[in-house]
Amino acid sequence: MSSSPLSTSGLAASGLAEVASSEASLRRFLHGLPGIDAVGLQARAAGLGTRSIKTTAKAYAIDLAISMIDLTTLEGADTPGKVRSLCQKAKNPDPGNPDVPHTAAVCVYPDMVPFAKEALGGAPINVAAVATAFPSGRAGLPVKLADTAEAVAAGADEVDMVIDRGAFLSGRYLEIYELIAEIRKACERPDGTAAHLKVIFETGELVTYDNIRRASWLAMLAGADFIKTSTGKVTVNATPANTLVLMEAVRDFREATGIQVGVKPAGGIRTTKDAMKYLVMVNEILGDDWLTPDWFRFGASSLLNDLLMQRQKLASGRYSGPDYVTVD
Amino acid sequence: MSEPTSALRLDVYKTYKLFVGGKFPRSESGRVYEVTDRKTGEWLANAPQGTRKDTRDAVSAARKAFGGWSGATAYNRGQILYRAAEMLQGRREQYTAEVAVSEGLTAKKAAPLVDAAVDRLVWYAGWTDKVAQIAGNANPVAGPYFNLSTPEPTGVVGVVAPQGGHGFSLLGLVSVLAPVIATGNTAVVALAPGAPLPGLSLGEVLATSDLPGGVVNLISGRTEDIAPTLASHADVNALDLAGIVAEEGPASAKDLEVAAADTLKRVLRPEPASHDWTTAPGTDRLLTFLETKTVWHPMGM
Amino acid sequence: MALFDYAPAPESRAAAGDIASTYGHYIDGEFVESTGSEALKTVDPSTEEVLAEFAQGTEADVDRAVAAARKAFTSWSALSGAERGKYLFRIARIIQERSRELAVLESIDNGKPIKETRDVDLPLVAAHFFYYAGWADKLEFAGYGPNPRPVGVAAQVIPWNFPLLMLAWKIAPALATGNTVVLKPAETTPLTALRFAEICRQAGLPKGVVNIITGDGRTGAALTAHPDIDKVAFTGSTEVGRAIARTLAGTTKRLSLELGGKAANIVFDDAPIDQAVEGIVDGIFFNQGHVCCAGSRLLVQESIHDDVMDALKRRMSTLRVGDPLDKNTDVGAINSAAQLARIQELTAAGEAEGAERWSPSCELPSAGYWFAPTVFSNVSATHRIAREEIFGPVLSVLTFRTPEEAVAKANNTPYGLSAGIWTEKGSRILWMAGKLRAGVVWSNTFNKFDPTSPFGGYKESGYGREGGRHGLEAYLDV
Repeated sequence: MSSSPLSTSGLAASGLAEVASSEASLRRFLHGLPGIDAVGLQARAAGLGTRSIKTTAKAYAIDLAISMIDLTTLEGADTPGKVRSLCQKAKNPDPGNPDVPHTAAVCVYPDMVPFAKEALGGAPINVAAVATAFPSGRAGLPVKLADTAEAVAAGADEVDMVIDRGAFLSGRYLEIYELIAEIRKACERPDGTAAHLKVIFETGELVTYDNIRRASWLAMLAGADFIKTSTGKVTVNATPANTLVLMEAVRDFREATGIQVGVKPAGGIRTTKDAMKYLVMVNEILGDDWLTPDWFRFGASSLLNDLLMQRQKLASGRYSGPDYVTVD
Repeated sequence: MSEPTSALRLDVYKTYKLFVGGKFPRSESGRVYEVTDRKTGEWLANAPQGTRKDTRDAVSAARKAFGGWSGATAYNRGQILYRAAEMLQGRREQYTAEVAVSEGLTAKKAAPLVDAAVDRLVWYAGWTDKVAQIAGNANPVAGPYFNLSTPEPTGVVGVVAPQGGHGFSLLGLVSVLAPVIATGNTAVVALAPGAPLPGLSLGEVLATSDLPGGVVNLISGRTEDIAPTLASHADVNALDLAGIVAEEGPASAKDLEVAAADTLKRVLRPEPASHDWTTAPGTDRLLTFLETKTVWHPMGM
Repeated sequence: MALFDYAPAPESRAAAGDIASTYGHYIDGEFVESTGSEALKTVDPSTEEVLAEFAQGTEADVDRAVAAARKAFTSWSALSGAERGKYLFRIARIIQERSRELAVLESIDNGKPIKETRDVDLPLVAAHFFYYAGWADKLEFAGYGPNPRPVGVAAQVIPWNFPLLMLAWKIAPALATGNTVVLKPAETTPLTALRFAEICRQAGLPKGVVNIITGDGRTGAALTAHPDIDKVAFTGSTEVGRAIARTLAGTTKRLSLELGGKAANIVFDDAPIDQAVEGIVDGIFFNQGHVCCAGSRLLVQESIHDDVMDALKRRMSTLRVGDPLDKNTDVGAINSAAQLARIQELTAAGEAEGAERWSPSCELPSAGYWFAPTVFSNVSATHRIAREEIFGPVLSVLTFRTPEEAVAKANNTPYGLSAGIWTEKGSRILWMAGKLRAGVVWSNTFNKFDPTSPFGGYKESGYGREGGRHGLEAYLDV
């Protein structure tokens, strides 16, 4: 994955650099963003969901979706063995079919990063680590920084941090801005490069689309490389509608600053049909620039097998079954 | 030597005038016509012969008044209509005399018709803030939308006052006029040419009832001048042809409806000349000059 | 070429069922030949291929149909409301069962995208019958007196933009209230109405209750002028509406009219912009803009004009114009050559008068009637494209500075069918909604329809309401 250095000049040129100079100005800016009508937003997402993706378009989209997956295991019961198995799947999703693309990354807890790095070897697959007291984010800043540093030191290519939803809901935006900026610094490596920073909002806890839009801008202003819907650990995870809000935000942010930010819906995306809906949204809201694993990811685990079964069906004309994909 | 005293005192006659924009102008033509006692044929008064130009002026006044009157609270409109009933009640004797000569009735028979006109104003005064509750609707659409239909006044309504039927000259006029303005429309009324006096006098009641100028405009004169002007005027939204009697010609329902079709005016067709205006009105007229407006809004967090 | 290029996803033409080579009328429960010999052709507007020939209804045909409806009225109006309602419920159910067939047929005959016939037209058609079915035995509670009576025989003339939906809007309330009908579909879209006749037969509807006669404006004129009808219900152009009103002048016949529009879609600077852009697009490009309530005049607050135009153009660039049967088509074919010519004439006038024209680049098929989604900016109130109904995928953009100015400009038209308001400020929405002289006001949404929701216009957009409790009035002797 290309690691574009943050262009602060874009922010400066857009006049947005000063937005976070104080709590008051940050609040004014975030609350000055256009509102979102929930019904209209959901209707737009549902409308895009009716696109019919067939034959060649489907084949393209399946492979693209596979290549965009952050193959994820985030369980208390995770072990090195489980992570190794996941990494094999990421490298070679369908053992009989070497032409199936590999996934974009594997996503694990920080303590599992060394095992993932080892298992992946030199494969062009990133290791993403959830950090900052994932999933609740309920810890002090030193703990979050240490959590991040551990992951980066262990070789994580990407850090998926969570924001403090409590702070957000009580209006302490500057605190979150500073948290993201601090974590961003913790992502830096001694050689001057940095792990990519994905910022998770836990949209299900922010509840309103207006909040999700504000969180998106807040994270982008603070230097997020990616914005991500959810941890996968709460009742409402990624939905087409809340991901649409993120997409509109990155579109408008690039329009305003020239800086491109990636989008990652996570949690609850299980079927090829679901994935197609998201890709249609990427295609029609963001366009070609985001139709790559560099700028769009799926945080998912079971999605991969469904994509593989659909891929087999397209190739053979026969419907596949769960016995023909691997259980990892 | 003192001057000889005379037992004779001359009555002061009333100069009947049009009622337009809250004022009492003479006809722009300067013309009048003789109004006579329906029974005896005796001269009663000279009524202004309102013209097409007077009618157009009245339409302008009605249009100008529409925004304020339709925007007034229903409670306020009700208060004003009730005030008009009070004023009419206070002039009961005058109207009894005018109705008697207009309809060829004895004072004894005319008085209850004036009372009924007062009561009819009271009936409509009470309706102003209830119409929306019987004509509106909350609509349970199959989706996350708040959806409400409410009645709104159509606009400027041209009214041809009744020219016949029991009680037509005052009660009939009130029965067609009150529902029009109760719901927030403004009106230009072509008074019954043969019996204009109660109608012309009604302007005096309305002018002292806090009714904003232009909400009601009363024109006496030839129906064939006034009604076609209203029917063809692009700034009139609706017509009540209650008093139309001509079977053919420019003041017939057919010709007026044809003219009204040019701007798709809403038209209420004539009442039979034998209509008994003392019968309970029901809600038909009240609900006629209304437009249903339906407003949608999404319901979301 | 785009990276993610959607492959064709065509709905099967065969799903439309058999289209006969020639059609007569449906009178007194039978498919009958016309007494005349003149036949018209209906074409697929996306290909110009002739789909079928159908009869040009004659005065004698109209006489037969009206006589059948008159005869059927006696027993139909005497039937209990509950039983009438059950027939309508049956029809609603059969429409649901056959909705794919009807959606495909409608798409072929009209040119509108299958996405819309499938997801909008047909669900609303079935819902409309379902809604009025339930009224049939509850009319005494509708607020039109204790014993509301039907009017009699209704002559119904419908347009081509929503053929089956307009049929439902006409027939469902008429039948629920005990009237019988003679309905004439538009001459460019007769096929779904004729298919509906089959549904009446499947439902066992008594003969003569619904009669369908086809033909052009001459047939419509004969029907609306027929001495033995009691009511005319017309949806279509204001010009024809006027003519019908003149025809009925001086009679006791009832009339309801749903006519043209030139709706303002008003966007304030505090609008939910992304949804507003969707609403603008839905407002004018839904059904190729062949919508009487289309938001054809965009009134945008001057301070956000440029931003809205940028967003709108970006969005318009993703509209997929083409094969109506492709499930991914957003904008289909213009319904007829005549309509295409009118759109071309008015857009040419727009350019000539100095408005700035823009369309996304999109390849239009070589055969058929097509018009790219188009937006005009720098439009002034005096331009024809700001005043006349174009009835096509053409948006005129004007600006305003204050709410008062927005209301004044929105109301500055002889029409008054619909309006849109986009702002996050609730009190302003209600203030605006009160001031706009339009029968339907969509706030923070646009082009939404529901059988329970009355629809109809102020001023020259017609009179009477269709839908909801209010929709019963046009068919009751009140």
